[in-house]
Amino acid sequence: MDPQIIIARRVAKELKTGNLVNLGIGIPTLVANYVPSDLKVFFQSENGLIGTGPIPEQGMAHPTLTDAGGRPISALPGASTFDSAMSFGLIRGGHVDVTVLGGLQVDAHGHLANWMIPGKMVPGMGGAMDLVSGAKRVIVAMQHAAKGKSKIVAKCSLPLTSARPVHLVVTDMAVIGFPGGRATLLETAPGISVGEVMAVTEAELVIQDTVPEMRL
Amino acid sequence: MKAVSVEEAVAMIPAGASVMVGGFMGVGTPERLLDEVVRQKKTQLTLISNDAATPGKGVGKLFDHALVSKLTATHIGLNPKAQQQMLANLIAVDLVPQGTFVERIRAGGCGLGGVLTPTGVGTLVAEGKRQIEIDGKAFLLETALRAQFALVHAFLADYLGNLSYALTSRNFNPVMAMAADTVIVTAENIVPVGVIAPDHVVTPAPLVDYLITNG
Repeated sequence: MDPQIIIARRVAKELKTGNLVNLGIGIPTLVANYVPSDLKVFFQSENGLIGTGPIPEQGMAHPTLTDAGGRPISALPGASTFDSAMSFGLIRGGHVDVTVLGGLQVDAHGHLANWMIPGKMVPGMGGAMDLVSGAKRVIVAMQHAAKGKSKIVAKCSLPLTSARPVHLVVTDMAVIGFPGGRATLLETAPGISVGEVMAVTEAELVIQDTVPEMRL
Repeated sequence: MKAVSVEEAVAMIPAGASVMVGGFMGVGTPERLLDEVVRQKKTQLTLISNDAATPGKGVGKLFDHALVSKLTATHIGLNPKAQQQMLANLIAVDLVPQGTFVERIRAGGCGLGGVLTPTGVGTLVAEGKRQIEIDGKAFLLETALRAQFALVHAFLADYLGNLSYALTSRNFNPVMAMAADTVIVTAENIVPVGVIAPDHVVTPAPLVDYLITNG
């Protein structure tokens, strides 16, 4: 299975009916494709919409109905629109149940860095800092390693997105949580052993007696 | 409210002015006003806008013509020209978390000195800012943001200047319409008074100084 699809399918299992969910760009966006149709989840787009729907059919796009990247989207029955103060009130105020974000690094205590690489990539943080500071649950969806280098690090070398730790990290190799503030291996991806995860993880992982395989 | 042509409205904006522009990636941006700002070559602008849009679209046009000298925004990663101008030190850029950006503008429009937000505590954003603890939780003091001009785009404007907005083109427009000395509005449709029901007015008429005539 494609690594990104493993991640998206596993993250989708974290969502519950009635949740207000904000998905970041990249792998997180794919999560919406794997939410079962009987699960009623509200997706927020931070440019001012709850109830985002799929990309509209050819010729059905509207210039005032867009996602946070400015691309055309649709709205589902029951959708609502609002201004940016309301949108970030929802985010910072703890009304968003789950946010799923991409990551550059997550450290052994759950701190996330995902908004800049000094001297290389300085696009601005957009809504990321507010999402990590305010959403009830923060899930990071990212590849376990990039160019052979672990993205689960002892300490983030890149600037942090928030001082608040994230709740869960889902990669193509593992699910990692932070009970007691320590990175803990909760699950491994199908066909991946605990040893293989440890071999490509820079951060020290707490390993429990039994580590189940991800169910997709 | 006074109805004026787009040429007259932009003529009021001096070079070097501070200007808030509504829109999110060019959606809900007053394009006609920006086209005229480009035509009249208003230089050295201090721009307050969520993003830099993309070249040729929304506030992206201002970077195409190098009209901006200072920028406060939340994300400019999708406009390579704005990125280049920032890296070449042609523009002083202040990058602000989006929730903080909108609350600072809201504070500016509501007579508040600033807001306390947990966003940015313990990050680069906290540098040089006062941190205040309330009930054991840390907040940053973020000061209010205002401008000389707000350029706003609405879906409907009535003859008095009451405004309503469409879908995701609302974004920062109603908040900015509170936070500038002079508010200039373009609207998709200008309609008789009463077409926008009182419950559907988002920006009340007294906030609007100038409405750009259509056609």
